[in-house]
Amino acid sequence: MKNLTKLFAVAAAFGLVPVAAAAQAPAPAPAASANAATPQAPRDAISAKSQAQPAQPRDVSSPAVGPFNTSAPSNASVAASALAARTTPQVGVGQPTDKPQLQPQFTPIGEEARWFHNTILMPLITFISAFVLILLLIVIVRFRRGANPVPSRNTHNTFLEVMWTLVPVLILVAIAVPSIRLLAHQYSPPKPDITIKVTGNQWYWTYSYPDNGGFEIVSNMLSDADAKKRGEPRLLGVDERLVVPAGATVKLIVTSADVIHSFGVPSFWVKMDAVPGRLNETWFRTDKPGVYYGACYELCGARHPFMPIAVDVVPPAQFAAWVASKGGTMPGQKKPASPDATQNSPITDPAPAAGATTAPGGGTSATPTPTNVSAGTAAATATNQSQAHSSRGQ
Amino acid sequence: MTDTTANAAHFHAHDAHDAHHDADHKPGFFARWFMSTNHKDIGTLYLIFAIVAGIIGGTISGMMRLELAHPGIQYLHTWAGAHATQDEATHLWNVLVTAHGLIMVFFMVMPAMIGGFGNWFVPLMIGAPDMAFPRMNNISFWLLVPAFLLLLGSTQVSGGTGNGAGIGWTAYAPLSTSGSSGPAVDMAIFSLHLAGASSILGAINFITTIFNMRAPGMTLHKMPLFVWSILVTVFLLLLALPVLAGAITMLLTDRNFGTHFFDAAGGGDPVLYQHLFWFFGHPEVYIMILPGFGMISQIVATFSRKPVFGYLGMAYAMVAIGVIGFVVWAHHMFTVGMDVNTKMYFTAATMVIAVPTGIKIFSWIATMWGGSITFETPMLWALGFIFMFTVGGVTGVVLANGGVDIAFQDTYYVVAHFHYVLSLGAVFSLFAGFYYWFGKMSGRMYNEALGQIHFWLFFIGVNILFFPMHFLGMEGMQRRISDYADAYAYWNHIASLGFIAVAASMGVFFINVLWSLAAGRKAADNYWGEGATTLEWTLSSPPPFHQFETLPRID
Repeated sequence: MKNLTKLFAVAAAFGLVPVAAAAQAPAPAPAASANAATPQAPRDAISAKSQAQPAQPRDVSSPAVGPFNTSAPSNASVAASALAARTTPQVGVGQPTDKPQLQPQFTPIGEEARWFHNTILMPLITFISAFVLILLLIVIVRFRRGANPVPSRNTHNTFLEVMWTLVPVLILVAIAVPSIRLLAHQYSPPKPDITIKVTGNQWYWTYSYPDNGGFEIVSNMLSDADAKKRGEPRLLGVDERLVVPAGATVKLIVTSADVIHSFGVPSFWVKMDAVPGRLNETWFRTDKPGVYYGACYELCGARHPFMPIAVDVVPPAQFAAWVASKGGTMPGQKKPASPDATQNSPITDPAPAAGATTAPGGGTSATPTPTNVSAGTAAATATNQSQAHSSRGQ
Repeated sequence: MTDTTANAAHFHAHDAHDAHHDADHKPGFFARWFMSTNHKDIGTLYLIFAIVAGIIGGTISGMMRLELAHPGIQYLHTWAGAHATQDEATHLWNVLVTAHGLIMVFFMVMPAMIGGFGNWFVPLMIGAPDMAFPRMNNISFWLLVPAFLLLLGSTQVSGGTGNGAGIGWTAYAPLSTSGSSGPAVDMAIFSLHLAGASSILGAINFITTIFNMRAPGMTLHKMPLFVWSILVTVFLLLLALPVLAGAITMLLTDRNFGTHFFDAAGGGDPVLYQHLFWFFGHPEVYIMILPGFGMISQIVATFSRKPVFGYLGMAYAMVAIGVIGFVVWAHHMFTVGMDVNTKMYFTAATMVIAVPTGIKIFSWIATMWGGSITFETPMLWALGFIFMFTVGGVTGVVLANGGVDIAFQDTYYVVAHFHYVLSLGAVFSLFAGFYYWFGKMSGRMYNEALGQIHFWLFFIGVNILFFPMHFLGMEGMQRRISDYADAYAYWNHIASLGFIAVAASMGVFFINVLWSLAAGRKAADNYWGEGATTLEWTLSSPPPFHQFETLPRID
């Protein structure tokens, strides 16, 4: 059942990829690349260590060509360049537009909350406002002095007074049910696959990966010129993104080194204050690789507008490659990483099989985000053979 | 219980010539305006003060809309001075945000509503000659002046990165403690201390006056709803402001005397400050709107020529709003990292407030239902208030949901929400009250045509200004930022255009006020006619310097 749901999500994600883009991507190794692209079996996938060194991914030469990145490198054979290449942001995904709507959501919580807002709250408040407006218009027309020269002296109507007390109560109870349910879901995260510590600083973010050797990256906003050069939106692009694996439940520990900041990513429905002296916890899980922008949401001094967040959701194998490039390790891996380390992993997970079944999912050789660099694809091949386990190392 | 409100027909005839013996022996100019103990003069001083503060606060919002009209930073460097660094320029932005918030809350809305209209009309409506403590009334006003000067002065001294306190009106620690060196924040804190002391003294004065100086026969349940609204408001002030005073005093000692109330490194907790602040801050938002509720009730009844519908329900709805207002504060802090049960409680408690608020909205409509309504300027503002406050109220219901608020916390959606209930709620009611009572206070009528032009321009302007902010918030635009991602440019530009209409409407307003004071038609005693039934309409316009030397009796 769970897999079915996931399949559905994958299909939806793929639906966003223009068919043309998918067709352009050759599919040299369907099974492998499908696995890489599929957010299936997140737990095993993200904690997977590739047998192949991530630094030397097999060249699958499937340059990702997407509608927004026609200039993607046509030769991905150079591992370093593949690693250095960044997921290209996609308009309408994980970044604001000027449409009067909530940003599209890419987490289960976000979808539930957006449904609650768009399907229940918005129609309800629109109806209430319209109802009051119509009553006012009726009153203005019917009881203007010209139409009704003699005012009534009526000042009580018990039935009406009871009704306009009880009906709002009932409406609020009706709202409270999905509202409380949403809260409960937000506060009962699945077992995390990876934990990342987020620290707010004046005026940048640092992210450390305790599950991956504890390396830390510092994330600063790109200058306007650099953002333009790299094709990122102004005031949102950063030099070092918060890279997370697709399909993984990511636990964030949020704190601050100086004043209060707030870590917020609108398209994940995530916002958590970074308070000095406190460790706040929040989480998200998204299946769709891509770049998702956020910002600091609490006034923190002069450069408050200039400490954006960019979450780079990448296929698990690419994540492993990225971790390695940062000098980190995947869980269970000894440092320095040895290809053999994975063989000793004691825990097995049946999920890779499930992942394989999605391969026919139809020409999935195109990565969900057409612009994803395919460097991780090769590494993902190893996933099938690797034994996965919880990243928490429990 | 139907006609429980004070009604002119109930009073013994109140001989007009009574008022003329020695009632009009006004002191000389200095003694009258600088040492005043007369509630009407002090009310006038408060109103003048609020208008001045409103001009300054409104100018600041104009500067902010100008800067936000286009992406990128265009004006801040110029405003911050010739040699300003980038940080000093963006710090100036935070100073503007802080000053706009503090000025509009503490030096415009509160002085106008409570100090201005409260002082003017509470004694008149309950049939009292003056406030209970006239000299305390005087010091209440004159504490506000140095408070305002301290706040304005703080912008000229160092606040850390640049001049002025750039901490937001909420002044969250540690940004307001270790995050802002220099005397600016200390000056802002002292400013709030003085303004708070002023309000607490005023609150004591009003409570004493309302409980002890009602005319014979005027029971609590016969008081006009405006007096009820002030009574509830000043209780909120009395209970909430000392908490703010404590919190900002702790800020002060954290800043200057080595305490660590809000410093995690010393065993304190920054979140404690937020709890203290919002324990004050949430009642504060009702302090700003409840007197408006009262004024709207008087105005709707007057122009419908009907008594208020459901008087007791209206009065106790305000009491309920005041009581519940004290137990919902943490909905301002949904992202601070609180546990799920706390969040569920604050979600549920917050939504409960919608019930008494709904009672008020529907009761106003029911008051008009069956009425014989005319649409003079005060009534236009009142109708505008009812609808716009509803719009601001329903977005409050959205924000009340802790799970949904995650996306909206500290975005422009919140800015839109509280401007709908304040700039389109409280300010609408202030204008409604101003036009309603202008003739009574000044003795001259305002110009009706200019008043209506003012209303429509303002109404259209604020909606263009604030409605797009909902869209910006839904798309995730943060509050309190001087520059924004390019995707937010379109709606920000629209919002800035709305400000032009608002500014133009204010020009019409000031022309109207000046023209009317100089050449307005003389106001009759009761220029609104049969619908205006409270005691102030039994007096001349303007009322005698000392009124009710013979107390009216209410049967």
